[in-house]
Amino acid sequence: MLTARGKVPLVTRQMLVFFALLFSYPLWASAVGLYDYIGVEIAIWIIYALGYNLLLGYTGLPSFGHGAFLGIGAYAYGLSQLDLSGGVWIGLLLAVCAATAAAGLVACFLSHRRGIYFALMTIAFGQIFWFVAIKWHGVTGGEDGLLNVLRPELGLGVASISLKSNTTLYYFAAALLAVIVVILWRVLHSPFGAAIQAIRMNETRARFLGYRVWLIKWSVFTLSGAFAGLAGGLFCLTQESAYPDVMSLHASGFVVMMTLIGGGFVSFWGPVVGVIVFFLARDLLGSVTEAWLLWYGLLFMAVMLFEPEGVAGAWGRIAARLGSQKVAAPAAGKEAST
Amino acid sequence: MSLFTAEHLHKRFGDQVVLEDVSLAFESGAVSGIMGPNGAGKSTCFNVLTGLHRPDRGRVTFDGEDITGLAPDEIARRGVSRSFQIMTLFDEFTALENILVALPEVRRGLGRPFWQPRADAEAIEEAREVLAQVGLEGRAGTPAAALPYGERRALEIAVALAARPRIVFLDEPTQGLGTEGRARLSALIRELRHRYTLVIIEHDMGFLFGLADRISVIHWGQVIAEGTPGALRAKDRVRAAGPGRTP
Ligand SMILES: Nc1ncnc2c1ncn2[C@@H]1O[C@H](COP(=O)(O)OP(=O)(O)OP(=O)(O)O)[C@@H](O)[C@H]1O
Ligand SMILES: [Mg+2]
Repeated sequence: MLTARGKVPLVTRQMLVFFALLFSYPLWASAVGLYDYIGVEIAIWIIYALGYNLLLGYTGLPSFGHGAFLGIGAYAYGLSQLDLSGGVWIGLLLAVCAATAAAGLVACFLSHRRGIYFALMTIAFGQIFWFVAIKWHGVTGGEDGLLNVLRPELGLGVASISLKSNTTLYYFAAALLAVIVVILWRVLHSPFGAAIQAIRMNETRARFLGYRVWLIKWSVFTLSGAFAGLAGGLFCLTQESAYPDVMSLHASGFVVMMTLIGGGFVSFWGPVVGVIVFFLARDLLGSVTEAWLLWYGLLFMAVMLFEPEGVAGAWGRIAARLGSQKVAAPAAGKEAST
Repeated sequence: MSLFTAEHLHKRFGDQVVLEDVSLAFESGAVSGIMGPNGAGKSTCFNVLTGLHRPDRGRVTFDGEDITGLAPDEIARRGVSRSFQIMTLFDEFTALENILVALPEVRRGLGRPFWQPRADAEAIEEAREVLAQVGLEGRAGTPAAALPYGERRALEIAVALAARPRIVFLDEPTQGLGTEGRARLSALIRELRHRYTLVIIEHDMGFLFGLADRISVIHWGQVIAEGTPGALRAKDRVRAAGPGRTP
């Protein structure tokens, strides 16, 4: 949280390791049996999950309808391409704006709730958006969704590059992800970051210290909706389509499971790990059995039973047992400040 | 005029009348005590004064302004701070971080754009001073959850002090402390009284008699006695001699 050393580095050592892996991925992916497209998916979902963890891990607010904002981002991007052919940047901007607006609206109804009531309301709102996406044929294309959202050229001021190749697209998504990581780290180490964690630990005390808890909850919900919207825009760009399935309750559940398996409550990097585990499970288990989700579900239950703090929690404990304080364990991420 | 007043407060929960016509006044710079048996309504009184509950009737004023029914955070921002009978700390934060989030300038930093570098060295310096005031300077880096009970009690008070308050309400700060812990706390409050306006709930009269300038006794939701410790002691002796003695 608030660093006791007085300065928050823009880029930490853990980030450097992450960026090195992130940007070198296309070079070694095929050697370990992976490919660029799954890298794009992983990068997009990490943006989504990191933003989601602001809410779940840091503020302690469980949203089970966050797929709505991913979906709204995807539709907004898709519509911008089909109806305005505005290019990637405009599309992504609209995706972020649409999801932010929707999240801001929903947050007005949620921010004075706690615990189970908060969770139930998020499910209700998630279902409403999902229902609208299916029924509003004229705009969303109903169950089929928006199809043939071709990938436009990416304008970069002086030049423009084609995103047709998955490798180029990967680098684009990775670059956005790197920026998001830096921004989120900053946010979390600002007074705002301290405030949301304080609210998670003790909402009553935070209120009696003068924090406008309602406004802070509203802001963090809206902010995490904005990240989901960006992820949604990228999702549509990548899939060349937008469809209601990502807004369904079970799809919304994925981001919750990813965040928890990875250890979003104990580490900044938890969601990153969780997303990677999910996609590897999908590909590895999925190549063996159709019922991979069953096995993933069992894995989730096993983690929650035996290692409720997720991969990051286990890692932190192992690192601590090795006794070397110098190991920059991801689990130390949140407390790395003091 | 008193810094903080309560006039004719009434509060009921369902059928149960918890506060009945409670009037209190706390002077700036003084230590005021509130005494009474379990369930008398002391904490409820604090909750009404600090905005957690709205009184059914009556008025609360702070510094001459009516603050009845304002939200807790609004009242807190005006300089009213409190601690809780049931420990209310940010458990995963270190002791220092607990103080830091409580500092008004850190809270006000919320409005600043997050990408602006913050020179919070001063805030940290101030937070360390607050910790030192309650004798926790050696514990800055310890998570609140890992502190021993007595030190958690001290931190509970320190968080209230960190808000740079104009008046501090302490709800049973001695709860759960042994004789030694009480003695240490009473020494601490003796120190703090020079710097803060304090209102302390306590049901052990020995503790308050040594510390408070004025004491109000609440029983069954009513103020049944009020005065300096000396005056109350005299009255108590009279009552103890009479038939209607309460344990
Ligand atoms: N939020 C509430 N809802 C319903 N009843 C309440 C509530 N808060 C307090 N009460 C009731 O009001 C009465 C007074 O409680 P209060 O906590 O104010 O007593 P107290 O004087 O602080 O006691 P103690 O010394 O045990 O802390 C009790 O009977 C309690 O059950
Ligand atoms: Mg009480």
